[in-house]
Amino acid sequence: MKKLFKKKSTRTSFITYAVVVAVFLYLQIRNATGGLSSTMAGQLVPICAWSIMALSLNLTVGVLGELSLGHAGFMSIGAFTGAITAAVIRFQSGGAAGGALTLIASVAVGAVFAGIAGVLIGIPVLRLKGDYLAIVTLAFGEIIRALINVFYVGIDKNGLHISFLNTENLSLDAGGKLILNGASGISGIQKISTFFAGFVLIMLCLIVIFNFVNSRSGRAVMAIRDNRIAVDSIGIPATRYKLLAFVISATLAGMGGALFALGQNSIVASKFDFNTSILILVFVVLGSQGNMLGSIIAASVLTVLPELPFMRGFKDYRMLIYAIILILVMIFKNNPTLKRFMQKLFPFAELKKRFAKKAEGGGNDG
Amino acid sequence: MIFLGFLDNLIHGISLGSIYAIIALGYSMVYGIAKMLNFAHGDVIMVGAYISYYAVSSVTGCFGLHPALGLLLSVSICTLLGVTIEFLAYRPLRKAPSLAVLITAIGISYFLQNAAQLICGSSTKFFPYVEFFHNKLFTVGELSVSLTTIVTIAACIVIMIGLTLFTGKTKTGKAMRACAEDKGAAQLMGINVNKTISITFAIGSALAAIAGILFGCAYPSLSPTLGSMPGIKAFTAAVFGGIGSIPGALLGGILLGIIENLAKGYISTELSDAIVFAVLIIVLLVKPTGLLGKKIHEKV
Amino acid sequence: MKKFVSLALVLVLVISLFAACGSDNGSGEADGVSVFKLGGIGPLTGGAAIYGTAAKNGAEIAVAEINALGGSIQFDLRYEDDAHDAEKSVNAYNTLKDWGMQIFLGSVTSTPCVATSAESCNDNIFTLTPSASSTDVLGGVANPLTGTIDVERKGNTFQMCFMDPNQGLASANYIAENNLGSKIAVIYKNDDVYSTGVYFSFKAQADELGLDIVSTTTFTESSQTDFSVQIADAKDNGADLIFMPMYYTPASLIFTQANAIGYKPAYFGIDGMDGILTVEGFDTSLAEGVMLLTPFNADAQDEKTQNFVAAYQEKYGEIPNQFAADGYDCVYAIYEALTALNATADMSASELCDALVAKFTDGSFSFNGLTGDNMTWDETGAVNKTPKGMVIENGAYVGLN
Repeated sequence: MKKLFKKKSTRTSFITYAVVVAVFLYLQIRNATGGLSSTMAGQLVPICAWSIMALSLNLTVGVLGELSLGHAGFMSIGAFTGAITAAVIRFQSGGAAGGALTLIASVAVGAVFAGIAGVLIGIPVLRLKGDYLAIVTLAFGEIIRALINVFYVGIDKNGLHISFLNTENLSLDAGGKLILNGASGISGIQKISTFFAGFVLIMLCLIVIFNFVNSRSGRAVMAIRDNRIAVDSIGIPATRYKLLAFVISATLAGMGGALFALGQNSIVASKFDFNTSILILVFVVLGSQGNMLGSIIAASVLTVLPELPFMRGFKDYRMLIYAIILILVMIFKNNPTLKRFMQKLFPFAELKKRFAKKAEGGGNDG
Repeated sequence: MIFLGFLDNLIHGISLGSIYAIIALGYSMVYGIAKMLNFAHGDVIMVGAYISYYAVSSVTGCFGLHPALGLLLSVSICTLLGVTIEFLAYRPLRKAPSLAVLITAIGISYFLQNAAQLICGSSTKFFPYVEFFHNKLFTVGELSVSLTTIVTIAACIVIMIGLTLFTGKTKTGKAMRACAEDKGAAQLMGINVNKTISITFAIGSALAAIAGILFGCAYPSLSPTLGSMPGIKAFTAAVFGGIGSIPGALLGGILLGIIENLAKGYISTELSDAIVFAVLIIVLLVKPTGLLGKKIHEKV
Repeated sequence: MKKFVSLALVLVLVISLFAACGSDNGSGEADGVSVFKLGGIGPLTGGAAIYGTAAKNGAEIAVAEINALGGSIQFDLRYEDDAHDAEKSVNAYNTLKDWGMQIFLGSVTSTPCVATSAESCNDNIFTLTPSASSTDVLGGVANPLTGTIDVERKGNTFQMCFMDPNQGLASANYIAENNLGSKIAVIYKNDDVYSTGVYFSFKAQADELGLDIVSTTTFTESSQTDFSVQIADAKDNGADLIFMPMYYTPASLIFTQANAIGYKPAYFGIDGMDGILTVEGFDTSLAEGVMLLTPFNADAQDEKTQNFVAAYQEKYGEIPNQFAADGYDCVYAIYEALTALNATADMSASELCDALVAKFTDGSFSFNGLTGDNMTWDETGAVNKTPKGMVIENGAYVGLN
């Protein structure tokens, strides 16, 4: 046992799993005994969904080392395909079905579609470098949003009716149902996502990511991040490994999107815009690139923070204060002078640092 | 008739593109020298538009100054704002990873938007410069062009020539180019890098103020979020033309404006944005560093 | 070891975050005075803040007036921000629920309200939204596109504003009856629920009535500044009337830009057009002759409207728009219903909901407000009131006909 924990990666992953399980159990028990306010209880599923989004983007940004500004696009694809799947299952079973099987099917469909989009987008995108790559992911995110805005999906006893741009030929029988109504999005979603499902998906994400990072492919990806030319020169097919990481990231994002959508009453395409992509990126950067536990914590804290009673107490100044906190955190975290000053102020942090020297490797901030 | 419509769309596209180009210049110059994506740039445009609104409008609570004075005031306050932002938020992060700077810039963007909303209220304000321009139409044959359009395009050309001369001929301009090329070497040659970066931010923000006013003239309703979409589009334009390059920003901006307007006119108004971004992707796939961007040399 | 330290810190942090939220329930009942907890949600920050702020301000004025009367029914109003986002709106709803909200004023904008009304329906809290006008807010309404019912009726939810399809329908009828235009152009915002909702029903009705729609163009949130193409399309197709199902901000740009190229068609707007005259610095001569169907008119000469406008201007320094009037009416409609029911604040939210739903739908309840006289509601939740046709003349609204 002791020997097992000598290996840093094993220890990191074990601690991450342990924290997630512990927090889940704590919250689940609090929730079951009615100890959580409605505000908190209502945010359990979104917290899980945003954590999954942060984890999946961390794979692109932290492990693969590429900046993506369109991650919300994959979330959107997962959310819409997932919600449509759930609606179709519900329609076919006469409105009765719900529950775990529907959820699993919907999340799977969301993940598959987002993964396919990941392949289609990844092939051209990954040929580019740095900020050019970032702008192309942004462009894809915007394109996905614009396309979903003009998509119409309906269902009746003859099956699915899909219509693009043109709404005239969308003829449904009287008993039918328009599921995706263009810009109005999907309304009347049955909320079948549960906190437990969210927890399971987070664990699944962690398992996938940790196993990937510690695999041959993962090491290749990190080598590409650290020195592309060296990797090329020893004959590792860099593009293939990058694509692999990118597609895994997209697939996980699709899962997160489906989980999110099925925890909401309605979704619209404009929700998944550039600002949402940035929000996810903020989670990753605040939690440190490459640090999975950090992503989960940052996503949870930043999701809960604006809803806390004391933040709501600031009323109109809430978002202003949020912005100031964001700037200050970034400056304090990254400025060498301030960092030293903080360490003098809090010797505890100094202690941490000394231990960190032995333990830390973590992500690359490139 | 069809040709006339096309020409009309084209002129509007160039006018829209000129505004994108001026904003893109600010993005591009800052990127060239500080290697950062300044996402707060779009919101400086908003600040510029609001300041000139308060200076010029004759609505109660505003000062009712002459438009030229409003322009001057707006440019100087925005310049100050740009330098202050650089000093307070970006300078402490000079050696930090680029992502940290990016997130800080986004924080600044949120800050400016929310501050503007708290100070100015959320009600729509109508941009006063319009009164000086509208109703003035120039007609050539059946084609009519508004004064706003002509002023916008002219301003863009003047700024572009001015900047090219500035970076090419003056000492400060040369210092900027040197810093963009290699900060360490520039410092060794006795160039004050911090000062040069401050000047770049000052110029970029002044351009943003001008863009804000031109944007307000063409699309005269002001809201605290008015800068974000032109900001993203101009960023796209800067990358399109090759980020860091001044003629690239001009070319990128104007092409983007034209493509957007023609896509709206002849393909679909719903999908015009998607088409713009799709063209961007295709261009970048063919020329991975933009139309006029320099090839990145990789060293082992 | 570092990890264990941070682990401990994280656990403390997370637990304190979640523990920090106690809820205080219960409402005041003293000396025969009932204080009802009234909750509302709207975008108070972000791009749509103008609508949320207006509705909130209107509701605040109504509550202040009612409380000043010193009657047995008093209100404690709390408004929360949702930044026009469904997820945040549900969070805000839950915050209000924790606070002990008994009656819900819904979300101000449609997209968030679709989500919060589903929540309030589950919790059986009475909901009367000032301005969320889409069909999915109420549920149980046939989609004008397909004729299908996509969302089930939420029995607790009612609207103070017109439902989108009704506006499209009324507009088409009005244009046909009064022969306002022979060739009609439509410009609508295709990523907006309100705008598309009105457009689709307008289109269906216009086809029915044989109106000639010669040009249909759209814009989106990200392209709502440049309308040169849309205007040129309308002009080239010889449209003499432009139907504009949109809010007044983009509309003001269309007026300006059409004017700039010397194109002067007639314009027809819906209730979102109300506010065009309040845009600070807008040259109202550009809006001369614009027709609109709106329930509210800040220039109306009746005493009720004038008092409200005066109070609003004094308190907030602006001329109220339709959203403010809707917010004001919501509070008064609830007040009148509660008075008629002799309700007391010790009733639970669910009991109040059942009683209020029964009252609103029993056929005898009608309400006179700023946005209409003799408004009634039925089981569908949609309000029944007559839109007023207005035309802008000399910078002021004048009744059409």
